[in-house]
Amino acid sequence: MAEKKKWMPRWFYQMASPRWSYEIMGKLMPWFAIPAAVLLVLGIAWALAFAPQDYQQGNSFRIIYIHVPSAILAQSCYMLMAVAGAIGLIWKMKVADMVAKSCAPIGATMAILALATGAIWGKPTWGSWWVWDARLTSMLILLFLYLGVIALNSAFESEATAAQATAVLALVGLVNIPIIKYSVEWWNTLHQPATFTLTERPAMPAEMWVPLLIMVIGFYCFFAVSLMMRTRNEIIHRERRASWVRELIEKQ
Amino acid sequence: MSFDSFSEFLAMGGHGIYVWLSYAIALVLFVINLASPLLRKKQLISELKRRLRREKSTS
Repeated sequence: MAEKKKWMPRWFYQMASPRWSYEIMGKLMPWFAIPAAVLLVLGIAWALAFAPQDYQQGNSFRIIYIHVPSAILAQSCYMLMAVAGAIGLIWKMKVADMVAKSCAPIGATMAILALATGAIWGKPTWGSWWVWDARLTSMLILLFLYLGVIALNSAFESEATAAQATAVLALVGLVNIPIIKYSVEWWNTLHQPATFTLTERPAMPAEMWVPLLIMVIGFYCFFAVSLMMRTRNEIIHRERRASWVRELIEKQ
Repeated sequence: MSFDSFSEFLAMGGHGIYVWLSYAIALVLFVINLASPLLRKKQLISELKRRLRREKSTS
């Protein structure tokens, strides 16, 4: 009989081992931490001092360099949380559950950041802190989904049940992601359309969008670091009875 | 450089309060996202160390 074909890459099966995941994350972390620091410092300096001002919005447009990366990250983080939750549900992979749980607080802060900077930007641009517009409302729902996931996860005594329940909630909430994305096309809105699309060049000049791209990548790297720190803590906590964790603690 | 002086840079053409407030909130949230896992790690390690010591003294 032919050997059963493994249709997932090797690291996918290795990820099931908390110890392997803990170690690989420890090794990967500096590779994200250093680019995150460099890109964020460079991007913020460029965004605040060197990018030209917008001919209509003046300098308030510099808020875009925080607003867009945090909004993109809030949505990517949600998708990662839902996918990790699904992997946990299907393959009963503990590390995937831990990744999903660790995504929630980071994603919530990014949603808060996108909403707060959006409100602050709205005041001088639209004349109002908040409008009940499709984009803003769906983004607010994203924040509530994150808060719901955090609350639901802490409501169960058993970690396995908590992970299952939150994975289901995260997967149901996934329907909100395309709504956020297409909200500016489906409904009349004050909100401007996306800056970056896969098919077209950005409508703004390069000296405006290059720093924005740097900030987006910087935000992603920062997210990776924060996520790995949280997941590693979660691994130590859940595997506290395993011998390798005991050895690790004794060495500290 | 799109500003001629430092005071112009701070003023942001009259939008200073909005721009700086946004960046300040971002900074606070980034610090929270780094500090909270770091503190949690410290807390976890001291908790587990205590547990290990207890187990050794009873056995």
